[in-house]
Amino acid sequence: MPSLGADMNEGTLLEWLVKPGDAVRRGDIIAVIDTVKAAIDVEAFEDGEVEQLLVDPGTTVDVGTALALIRSGSGSATVETTKAPGEEVEGVDAPAEPPAAAESGAPPDAAASPIVRHLAHEHGIDLATVVGTGPDGTVTRHDIEVATTSPVVTRLGKPTDAAVGGRVAASPLARRRAADLGIDLAMVAGTGPRGAVTVSDVEMAAARDTERPAPSTAPAGLAPPQTKHGEPATRTTQHQDAERAALRRETLQAATGALMARSKREIPHYYLESTIDLSAATAWLIDHNSDRSSADRVLPAAVLLLATARTIRAVPGFNGFFTDSGFEPQDHVHLGVALSLRGGGLIVASVQDADAMSVDEFMATLKDVAARARTGRLRSSEMTVPTVTVTNLGDQGADLVHGVIYPPQVAIVGFGRIISRPWAVDGMLTVRPLVVASLAGDHRVSDGHRGSLFLATLDAALQRPEEL
Amino acid sequence: MNLTSARNAVLGLLAEIAPEADLTGVPDDADLRVAIDLDSLDFLTLVERLAEKTGVDVPENDYPEVRSLSGLAGYVADHSETTDDGDGL
Repeated sequence: MPSLGADMNEGTLLEWLVKPGDAVRRGDIIAVIDTVKAAIDVEAFEDGEVEQLLVDPGTTVDVGTALALIRSGSGSATVETTKAPGEEVEGVDAPAEPPAAAESGAPPDAAASPIVRHLAHEHGIDLATVVGTGPDGTVTRHDIEVATTSPVVTRLGKPTDAAVGGRVAASPLARRRAADLGIDLAMVAGTGPRGAVTVSDVEMAAARDTERPAPSTAPAGLAPPQTKHGEPATRTTQHQDAERAALRRETLQAATGALMARSKREIPHYYLESTIDLSAATAWLIDHNSDRSSADRVLPAAVLLLATARTIRAVPGFNGFFTDSGFEPQDHVHLGVALSLRGGGLIVASVQDADAMSVDEFMATLKDVAARARTGRLRSSEMTVPTVTVTNLGDQGADLVHGVIYPPQVAIVGFGRIISRPWAVDGMLTVRPLVVASLAGDHRVSDGHRGSLFLATLDAALQRPEEL
Repeated sequence: MNLTSARNAVLGLLAEIAPEADLTGVPDDADLRVAIDLDSLDFLTLVERLAEKTGVDVPENDYPEVRSLSGLAGYVADHSETTDDGDGL
């Protein structure tokens, strides 16, 4: 189960798109998982052949749990190093396990350098499950590479809500779902770890209650989860999707809230703002779009976001992650774009290597990613942790936004709406389209002086839109 | 394309783009960006899909005319080349 965001702890496997024996290539979509944010297409890490599927559809597992074994092209030796999830769960129960770790559910910390930690994080690998071959069992970069090229990997799953004192074992999401659907958890047979009741168990129980046949036209990506016995779940209707969307919005709001609370607790924010004259950018856009069909038009938001990505690359101190070992700057700008969902909630979609794109490439990517984020179908690589985030309120928004930094990032750039206002140019009063750009920076990494330089550089970039 | 089929085409696309919105309660002359919370990306998507469906590609200069349901439907009806109303939705 890959980590698809700093706030993701677990995910539910909705559907396998491959079966044992299938050849897969890096980037192929092999499964669909459900997170609190959205249904996500999971891509294969590596070329190879699917050896075994380890997790049944409908099962909720922790981030880091092995989903499948993929035999890499180089041979089978690596496959043998993985453990089946069952073995790992037993490991948690072993008396030798330090009680503290068992209690918190956190895996024991493995020794590894920051770079190796980051690499592991990028690949969605839990270090605790990687066998270290370095000095004193330290996990090396090579170990991570072995772990990624072999199977999709591994971590001790914390015991998921095992039955305690007669309470029915179920994930929190399953409990809410059951409450929403009026299902008594005690009457539902659990198919999750240790017989825990999963969301899909609840939904299938509800479906059996209503006994509605499955529509044969259900899109593949939304196909109902199958039970172990191959019995199709019976209710995947628009109604169910709407309910799921509503539930997702609710959990999404809670997840966003928890992450923002952590940000405000841990990150010493400072805030700066500058009003930027967009007449050059606006004129350039009108010209750029004038002879184009709607499919090829570029929005002002794309110009603001791309200029930000370029400026983030040019001015050091804002692109990267703050971890236990300090600031880890990143070379490429994976631009997080905060998108509001109708009906509430925020989702951040990541535009990879945004700084290297042309304005047309960026616009096309933004449209594609935003559409799929909103309909809940993103690829796992698009959920990779952005290196910096932009929040853009759009043309119906407020004049100014002071963003809250997404940990472990160290900056967030905000744009209010573009609005025509009086503006002095060469001692004369005139009317210009203006936007207030804001920067919230992490004082552990940068300061107001550097932040001001960032905003001044951004302003300059927006005065030369033709160079974007 | 007549006004009714243009209007149906617009309503059909709005239901795709903003499935959560209650379109029955939207006044004809209300700005759709406000009434059903369309952002600039949504609005561009609406114009794009409308062009695919009806052949009428609204240029940016004319956006002020097409911010409402009645404005957009009227614009499409006025600018479509054929009077064949096709399949509506």
